[in-house]
Amino acid sequence: MPRINSPEELEKVRQEILSRTEPGKPCISICAGAGCLASGASEVIAAFKAEIDKQGLNGDVDSKGTGCPGFCERGPIVVIYPEEICYLQVTPEDVPEIVSKTIKEKKVVERLLYVDPTTGERATHESDIPFYRNQERNIISSNIKVDPKIIDDYLALGGYSALAKALFRMSSEQVLEEVKKSNLRGRGGGGFPTGRKWEESRNAPGEIKYVIVNADEGDPGAFMDRALLEGNPHSILEGLTIGAYAVGSQEGFIYVRQEYPLAVENVNIAIRQAEDYGFLGKNILGSGFDFNIIVHKGAGAFVCGESSALMTAIEGRAGEPRPKYIHTAVKGVWDRPSVLNNVETWANVPVIVNRGAEWFTQFGTERSKGTKIFSLVGKINNTGLVEVPMGITLRDIIYNIGGGIPGGKKFKAVQTGGPSGGCIPEELLDLQVGFDELTKAGSMMGSGGMIVMDEDTCMVDVARYFLDFLTDESCGKCVPCREGIRQMLKVLTNITRGKGKEGDIELLEELSEVAADASLCALGRSAPNPVLSTIRYFKDEYEAHIREKRCPALSCKELISFYIDPDRCMACMVCFRKCPSEAISGGKNLIHVIEQDKCTKCGTCLEVCPARFSAVRKISGEPVPSRIPEEARIIARESKQK
Amino acid sequence: MSEILLQIDGKEVKATKGMTILEAAQDVGISIPTLCQHDKLEPYGACRICTVEVESRGWTKLVASCLYPVEKDLVVRTRSEKIDKTRKMILQLLLAHAPDSTVLQDLAKEYGADKDRFEKEASFCIHCGLCVRYCAEVRKKNAIGFVDRGTRREISFIPELAARECWNCKECFPLCPTSALQAAFVLVEALISAQPCFAEKANQASSPG
Repeated sequence: MPRINSPEELEKVRQEILSRTEPGKPCISICAGAGCLASGASEVIAAFKAEIDKQGLNGDVDSKGTGCPGFCERGPIVVIYPEEICYLQVTPEDVPEIVSKTIKEKKVVERLLYVDPTTGERATHESDIPFYRNQERNIISSNIKVDPKIIDDYLALGGYSALAKALFRMSSEQVLEEVKKSNLRGRGGGGFPTGRKWEESRNAPGEIKYVIVNADEGDPGAFMDRALLEGNPHSILEGLTIGAYAVGSQEGFIYVRQEYPLAVENVNIAIRQAEDYGFLGKNILGSGFDFNIIVHKGAGAFVCGESSALMTAIEGRAGEPRPKYIHTAVKGVWDRPSVLNNVETWANVPVIVNRGAEWFTQFGTERSKGTKIFSLVGKINNTGLVEVPMGITLRDIIYNIGGGIPGGKKFKAVQTGGPSGGCIPEELLDLQVGFDELTKAGSMMGSGGMIVMDEDTCMVDVARYFLDFLTDESCGKCVPCREGIRQMLKVLTNITRGKGKEGDIELLEELSEVAADASLCALGRSAPNPVLSTIRYFKDEYEAHIREKRCPALSCKELISFYIDPDRCMACMVCFRKCPSEAISGGKNLIHVIEQDKCTKCGTCLEVCPARFSAVRKISGEPVPSRIPEEARIIARESKQK
Repeated sequence: MSEILLQIDGKEVKATKGMTILEAAQDVGISIPTLCQHDKLEPYGACRICTVEVESRGWTKLVASCLYPVEKDLVVRTRSEKIDKTRKMILQLLLAHAPDSTVLQDLAKEYGADKDRFEKEASFCIHCGLCVRYCAEVRKKNAIGFVDRGTRREISFIPELAARECWNCKECFPLCPTSALQAAFVLVEALISAQPCFAEKANQASSPG
C-alpha cells in the first residue's frame, strides 16, 4: 500500500475500499474480543470460514472477527450484515444452520435470537435488544464493524478523516479550542478537563513534549479500555495523533498492561499499518507534521495507572508515584511536558473533531458531557460494556440496560470507581451518573467499573476485599498509605472474623482521614473510599458484626453456621453424601445433623437440599440450636408397599 | 535568583525560587520534623511527618513541606490540630515497627503518640529510604534497594554488589533512624547469599534433619 499524501488521497482510498464491497453482500461479524474468545469465539470464526467454503459460498459472503460490542454475558456474539441480525451464544455447531438458513435462504434462526425474559419476545436486530437499545453508543458502536487487525475496515467507516480535518482544515489552536469547548473530562479517574490539560502542556516551556495513552486499566472488574484498544485500536491512534498536533508533540507512548496480550498485539499491528499508510511517522498525510508512537508494556502494577508512577515507569525506573506539586502536564516524562489521558478519553477525540463540540455537548449533564462506557459486572443479568450518556441514573443502567439482579435477589449496592471508589446504596439509585455527583455520594467515576452487589454481599467484606487488593498494589513508599492500609485491613479482617471491638469504626475513620490527607499520590488518598462509603451507608452492618457477631448478609464464614432443621429434614441422604468434609451425621430414616466442629461452611448442604424440604438453614448471630435427642432422630416411615 | 515572599506561622519569610517550604522554614529557624529528609539527598516525600498546611489561591490543603515549592504569598502553618493529628498517627504507625527508635520516641513525646496503639510488627525498618538513596545518590553504588511493594516492601542489599562495595563503606549504617543493626542484619544476609559456601552452610544449618 503506497503512502497516502493528502486528504484527497485518503478519501480516494476510502472510496476504493467501499467500492470493493458489493452492496448487499452478506458479512458475518463475530466478536473476537477477549470475553467472546474465552467463550469459544475463535472456534466459531474457524467454523464459519470452513462452512462458507463447504457450502461453496467463497466470494459471496465475508466473515471476520471484530472488536467487542459489549454484550459479553451472551458471547460469542455474531452479527450478520446488511440485515444486522444478531445471534447470541453461538457455538460451532450452530454455524452450518446459520450459513444455510440466514445466508442462503435469508431466514432467521429463531433459537439464537435474544429472548426478552419478561415478555418472551425475540429480538432480531442488535438495536431491538434492551441491553443495546437503552444505550448511547457513540464510541463503542464501531467495534463490531471493524476487524481490528485490518486498517481498511477503519478507513471504510471514515477512519482518520478527523486527523485529516485537524491537520488541514484546523490550526492546532482550533483543535485545542474545540476540545476545550466540548468540556471533555478525563475518563480515567479524576475527571480533569482534557482541554485544560492539553493547554497547560502546550503552553509549558520545552521543545520536546509527549502525549501518552494510559492503558494500564487495573480496577477489578473493569475492561472498557481493553475493549477499545483491542477492538478499535486505530481510533486511539487517531485521537492521540490529533492530541499531539494540538499540544505540539512529536512523540507518543501507549502504556499498556502486559496482561492484555491481545490489546498489545492489535495496537502494534495498527501502528505498523498506520505508519505504512502515512498516518504516523514523518510528514503525516503530507502535512509536514511528524509523530511517532512507542508501545510501553507495563510490568503488572496497579499503581502505574497513576500518572506520575506511569511516567516514572516509562523512564525505565520502578513505577512509583512522585509528588505532583508541579503538574505532569508541565513536568512529566524526563521532566518534559507530558499529556496523559486514558484510552477512552483519546477515543472521544476523533469524534469531537469530526462532529464538533456542539454535537458532543448535547449528551450529558451541565458539568459532565458526552457518553461514558461502564463495565457492568457482578450480580447483574446482563454483564458487559455499556455506553450511556452522562446524567443517566444508576437505576436505568442497572435495570433497563443491565436487566436487574439475577435469581430474584434484592439489590444492595453498586460499587463504582474501583478500589478508589465507593459503594452506593439503593436509596441513591436515582442518582445521575456524573463526575461530581458520584464524588459527592462518596464514590467516584473512576475509569468506569461498576460492580453490582445483591443482598448476599457483606459490605464489610467488600471493604476488606478492596483494602486487601490495595495492600498488594500500594507502592509502599509513603507511610499514610502503606501503613494506613495495613492497619485498616487488619481491623476489617478482624471485624469479618467476629473479632471486631468497640472503637474499630472510629479507628478506621481516623486512619482513613490521615491516608486521605497526607498520602503522596491519589492511590493512597482515595484508598479509604471503600471503607468510608460502606461505613457511611452500611454502618448497621459494621455494628452487627462488631456487637452481635452477626453478618447480616450471611456471608462472613466465621460468623455463620449451617443447621439442619429437624422438623423439615426427611433424611434423604443427599447432603449427607455431598458434604465434602463428612460433617453430616445421618443415615436412612435418621434425621441428619451437622457436626459443627467438622463443618467448613462451604454451603454445599444448603445448595443440594431439595427445595421441597428446604431443611438446611444458614444462621448468624445466634447459637446453633442444640441437637435433638438421638431417639427423636429416627423417622418411622410407612412402607410404600402397604 | 528571584525573591519570593511568603508567610510561615504568621512570620513574613523571604525565600528564593526553587526552594521548598522546609528549606524556607529552616532558614528562619522554624523547625519542622523530618524522618526521610537528608541534606545530601534529593527530597523524597515518603515519611510525610513534615506535612504542613498551606493556603494557596483560596485552597487549604496538607502538603509535604520537603517537596512543596515556595510560592508568592503562600500562607503556611507548621502546627495545627490537623497537622498534629496527622503526625501523631504517622508516629503511631511507625512505632509498631520500630518501638525502640529514640528518634521516634522523642517525636512521640511531642505529639502525644502512643507507641502501643497498634500491634507490634517489629521489622525495625520504617522505609525512609535513607540507606537506599544515600547509596544511590552519594556513593553511586546502588548496592541496596527496595524490593517488592505495598506492605511487603523491604530494603535489601544486592548480594553481588554488596560483597564488592559494602565491606569498606557501611556509611548507610549511621543514617538509619531506627537502628543501625537493621541495616547490618540485612547486609549480612545478603553477603551470606553472595558466598556460595556460606549459602550452603546456611542451608544445611536451617534444613531439618
